[in-house]
Amino acid sequence: MLHNIDVTSSNMAAPVNSVGKTSGDRFQVNCTSFQKKTRSKLISIPGTRPSVQNGQLLVSTGVTSLDYLLGGGLAVGTVLLIEEDRFDSYSRMILKYFLAEGVVCRHELFVATAQDNPDEILQELPAPILDDVAVPKPVDQPRPTGEPQDSLDAMTIAWRYQNLPKVQSALASSSRFGHYYDVSKTMEAEIRQAAKCHRFYLPDHITPSSAAHSARVESYSALLKSLQEVIHREGFDLATPMSKSRNILRVGLHSLGSALWGDDMCCHDKPRHGHALTTFLYGLRALLRSSLSVAVVTLPSHLIQDRALMGNITRLCDNAIALESFKGSERETNPLYKDYHGLLFVRQVPHLNCLARQLPDHKDLAFKLKRKQFTIESHSSELKTRKVTQVRVGRDGSKAGLPDDSIDVCVHLE
Amino acid sequence: MFTELNSILNTSPDSFTRGEFILVSDRQSDASFLIHHFLSFYLRARCKVCFLGLAQSFCHYSAVSQRLGVSLTQAMEKGQLVFFEGLKECLSVLLPKENNVESEAMNFLRDPPVGLRSLYEFVCSSVIGSGSMEEEGAEQWGPSVLLVDDLSVLLSLGVDVGAVLDFSHYCRALVCSQMQGNMVMLVRCNGEEDDDDDGDEGSEVLLKGLTHQCNLNLHVQGLPTGYCKDIHGQMEVCWKRRQGDAPHMQKNLFQYKVHDKGASFFSRGTSSAVL
Repeated sequence: MLHNIDVTSSNMAAPVNSVGKTSGDRFQVNCTSFQKKTRSKLISIPGTRPSVQNGQLLVSTGVTSLDYLLGGGLAVGTVLLIEEDRFDSYSRMILKYFLAEGVVCRHELFVATAQDNPDEILQELPAPILDDVAVPKPVDQPRPTGEPQDSLDAMTIAWRYQNLPKVQSALASSSRFGHYYDVSKTMEAEIRQAAKCHRFYLPDHITPSSAAHSARVESYSALLKSLQEVIHREGFDLATPMSKSRNILRVGLHSLGSALWGDDMCCHDKPRHGHALTTFLYGLRALLRSSLSVAVVTLPSHLIQDRALMGNITRLCDNAIALESFKGSERETNPLYKDYHGLLFVRQVPHLNCLARQLPDHKDLAFKLKRKQFTIESHSSELKTRKVTQVRVGRDGSKAGLPDDSIDVCVHLE
Repeated sequence: MFTELNSILNTSPDSFTRGEFILVSDRQSDASFLIHHFLSFYLRARCKVCFLGLAQSFCHYSAVSQRLGVSLTQAMEKGQLVFFEGLKECLSVLLPKENNVESEAMNFLRDPPVGLRSLYEFVCSSVIGSGSMEEEGAEQWGPSVLLVDDLSVLLSLGVDVGAVLDFSHYCRALVCSQMQGNMVMLVRCNGEEDDDDDGDEGSEVLLKGLTHQCNLNLHVQGLPTGYCKDIHGQMEVCWKRRQGDAPHMQKNLFQYKVHDKGASFFSRGTSSAVL
């Protein structure tokens, strides 16, 4: 049986020491096809970096505080599940950050939706803040006036450097990991069009009559097939020989599981196709593990009545977070939460190629969407300035094993 | 292989009870680290291992086993390990192409009511196939062992609970009774134990059915007092032995912490974070 090559192997980003190479080429110890000719070649794909914990290749989600929560970034070959907030405002925002980061890092995008046209999401991408993001311009285009470069034209002190070409721009944006975005502006069309984007809009693929009478949910199979075609055609598959430089495919799947995908999971207590989405997620994991791609899936979990099904779905994704926004709820006026827009729960962290998981430090996270940053922090740090003196001790006489997110446990300084 | 767990279970790669069905289960937790333990344990014990890796890719198991000191690729070369990678085989069924041959063992993906018969036949062929000496000088391995990670994935993919229970029964009859080997299976549950929710009926029924059949149950849960960074959870070890005429059941509770290269087990309240 041939060994499958897996992108989450830690051999990808680190210099290679091949352990015990055997005579035949079939039984390579290395799990990827990268380490062939040059032993010590570092695989460098723009917009990625190796994890400090286990050497896996990571990409940024576009939100630096979320990267920190996930252990440095999103590992290539994995899925991030975002349980949507009630109005799909913040989960959609994180999806847009993820895609915008892909544009800035020159990754390729694959966007699949059933509700809005993928172009609508792409037109709403936030504008990157940095002015050293390389904007590809044709060589002969005259420089328009009013650009920030005008101010640099008139260098008075460093005039010797005035005529040097700006070579740093392309390198800087690709070597930086994680960018910042201004959500009050949308990304300029020319930056966005520089990135290659594949779209999957469900109404284009499924005719309504066929979906209604089929025993299975056809939309997921069509999506999986389309994704595999893109991966294979564009060369993200790890099995293809490495002829040109490699890139990452960022897959954004919007509102999977909703009724618009033909799934009745959100409509019934006992759905007829209860296993359609889980089978799809299994196939998605299989595709991602064998290619250079990373996926973010949003899911309207608040519509799903079956908690056990939600547990199965979470287990089939590697990372999972849930958002709960305060909009329209009584917490909006609660003084405890006045600085935040909602709560964030980490449902699952992955353990890939290692035994231990990197558990988050806090369980009481809240997020706030500011104009230039999406912050995620522990909200109970507010309580730490007050004088609370109750201490609870566990049954076995130890303080360990206590919930650290409830008020009666905190002992605070004055 | 976790040495502390070996001393808890009173086994070692040189001497272990044969014909045992070990059930590893978890509730709102992750017991897959125990599967890695048993994989490296039985490979070190020079058993012929058939591993159904349904949850993760081959590289994941290979990387973890490397840290535990066992090389899966070498074991496969020598013929000691038969590895079934669920993720790779499923794509041939979920996304069929004209030229590719569909993997027979995963044909329940195409049509869940079919059941797990093909998967059982795969297990049969890999476990029994070792009996005949095909090549000169092939090494003789110890008793056959079947490891499954994990059965709950099969439930997620639409297989009926009854079919999974039948599959485990057939495998037990083959591996434990007929071949006098061992079997280790992982089952995962979601809900609370006292929940009356009908939602998770499938995995609860599966867990109860398998707990009834097994000889040794390692049940992993979170701590009842809440989340802790230093103690990852608690593990209940439950032996079912027959001593004379009376069945004898013995339970022990341990807390554990998973490291990079293993896991440490300790009695309640004696974690190094506390003492």
